[in-house]
Amino acid sequence: MTTRTLAPAQSKSASFGAAGAVFIGRSLRHSLRNTEALMMAILLPIMLMLLFTYVFGGALDPSGHYVNYVVPGIILLCAGFGSSSTAVDVATDMTNGIIDRFRTMPIASMNVITGHVTASLARNLLATAIVIGVGLLVGFEPSADFLEWLGAAGMITLFILTFTWLFAAIGLVAGTPAAASGYGFALLFLPYLSSAFVQTDTMPTWLQWIAENQPITPVIETIRGLLTGTPIGNQAWLAVGWCLLLLIIAIVWGSWSFRRKAGRR
Amino acid sequence: MIPAIEIRGLRKAFGKQTVLSGIDLNVPAGTIFALLGPNGAGKTTLIHILSTLVAPDAGSVRIAGHDLVGGKDGVKRSISLTGQFAAVDEVLTGEENLRMMGRLSGLSASEAKARAEELLRRFDLTDAARKRVKTYSGGMRRRLDLAVSLVVRKPILFLDEPTTGMDTHSRRALWDMILGLAEEGVTVFLTTQYLEEADQLADRIAVIAGGKIVAQGTAKELKARIGEDVLELRDERDEVFREIPTGGSVGEIKRLLDDLVRSVPEGARLNLRRPSMDDVFVALTATPKEESVS
Ligand SMILES: Nc1ncnc2c1ncn2[C@@H]1O[C@H](COP(=O)(O)OP(=O)(O)OP(=O)(O)O)[C@@H](O)[C@H]1O
Ligand SMILES: [Mg+2]
Repeated sequence: MTTRTLAPAQSKSASFGAAGAVFIGRSLRHSLRNTEALMMAILLPIMLMLLFTYVFGGALDPSGHYVNYVVPGIILLCAGFGSSSTAVDVATDMTNGIIDRFRTMPIASMNVITGHVTASLARNLLATAIVIGVGLLVGFEPSADFLEWLGAAGMITLFILTFTWLFAAIGLVAGTPAAASGYGFALLFLPYLSSAFVQTDTMPTWLQWIAENQPITPVIETIRGLLTGTPIGNQAWLAVGWCLLLLIIAIVWGSWSFRRKAGRR
Repeated sequence: MIPAIEIRGLRKAFGKQTVLSGIDLNVPAGTIFALLGPNGAGKTTLIHILSTLVAPDAGSVRIAGHDLVGGKDGVKRSISLTGQFAAVDEVLTGEENLRMMGRLSGLSASEAKARAEELLRRFDLTDAARKRVKTYSGGMRRRLDLAVSLVVRKPILFLDEPTTGMDTHSRRALWDMILGLAEEGVTVFLTTQYLEEADQLADRIAVIAGGKIVAQGTAKELKARIGEDVLELRDERDEVFREIPTGGSVGEIKRLLDDLVRSVPEGARLNLRRPSMDDVFVALTATPKEESVS
């Protein structure tokens, strides 16, 4: 240290866009350095694809076409796991003093959260690409044309965004990273109670009702329809409606809790 | 002169617990102000209010001319905060932390890089620049935390117990740096538990206890109220059994000892020491009403 510090005077601050970019860069660095989460994002899709195709596939559909049925389900399952770490990332930031520093700067500090959301989106799109890649290797035969691929990509992106925001809101509401991880766990069961792995008409009636009226099923049916040509019907509208509704709830809930938490550590 | 910080009738309670019960303070621009108080006195709470993190219950505060409630953005533009506990990104390296804060403060990428290098050098962190903060020692983390607050110069700097956990060398270096900043016109508002620190740095000191400012003035004025040196009496087991504030003059101490010789037990030993934070605190809180010594 030297005796005098000549800090340059500075009264302007980063623009909204510049601050947003800085926070996205920060969260991407976090993602790349969290080796466990990164390994999970890469290995989980591979393991689940192999598990469902070779271990369960034969029993669930002896004709050998189960892989075509299960790809959308595995994409969502991986996206669920992949975005769940957002809850922990957000809760860690909120309990560390760094959030106070961001809050005392003349920037939109909510960008801390959108940074984590964007990084999660990137991680999970990578995981999705791996699921599809491995799927193609083990016999997945999509019938989609370019527009259908685009539609499926849009649906998947919207779903990841919605789930990530839900996890971000959980991270904001939870008091500690451990609590965030605990609450988030419940959301991860949703894909199992849907048409992701078995057709809903094989379930008991009460479960069937749940499975058919929860948001995951229309999302699965939409992706499956777009990729493999099964009938979609009104499922696409339901899927988009559900996602937008949950997304808005998560953003409003998250922003409210972000403001309310000011100085409450 | 326009005060950099102007506080009137500030109150704050957490639930039923009143933490600040009517604080009035003025800090002139370009001066160093030290807030002295024991654990739980409300120092951090006051700093959090002044830096927009916590909303006050009542009272008015103006920071660099901006109202704390109505002009939050103006306040944020004028301040920089180093909190009591390190507020740095553990996953990033020291250098990345500094560059990130530089970018967030509106510096260009190359300006932020140059500034980061300079600060790493100033705070003796060049060797650790590329290491993740997770691996830093407590003192290194603290130095990085302070460096981050100086990425750009703001007119007002809040430091909550800045030297707690630092070794003597780093502490002295930081003191010099704080003095240098004040010379350049930065207003420094710091909290501390060490009288010596307030003594060395501050133009004015306020003592906070029981949610109120119990005394304020220059270091000299405060010490005049509690005496110069403290006479400590120890028994055979080397335990202090009496502490007597004195004016520090030879004559006064001789008279004191003449009296004591008759009353203290055989084998008692004496020791003269500088007043500690505890002495100031005990002396000043003995008179519960606020009383300015200036
Ligand atoms: N968010 C909060 N909710 C409830 N009580 C709080 C909160 N923050 C502080 N307090 C209480 O307010 C009192 C003052 O705390 P504060 O942290 O301001 O003290 P301090 O002077 O900074 O102490 P220290 O020297 O230990 O840092 C304490 O009794 C503390 O328990
Ligand atoms: Mg404190």
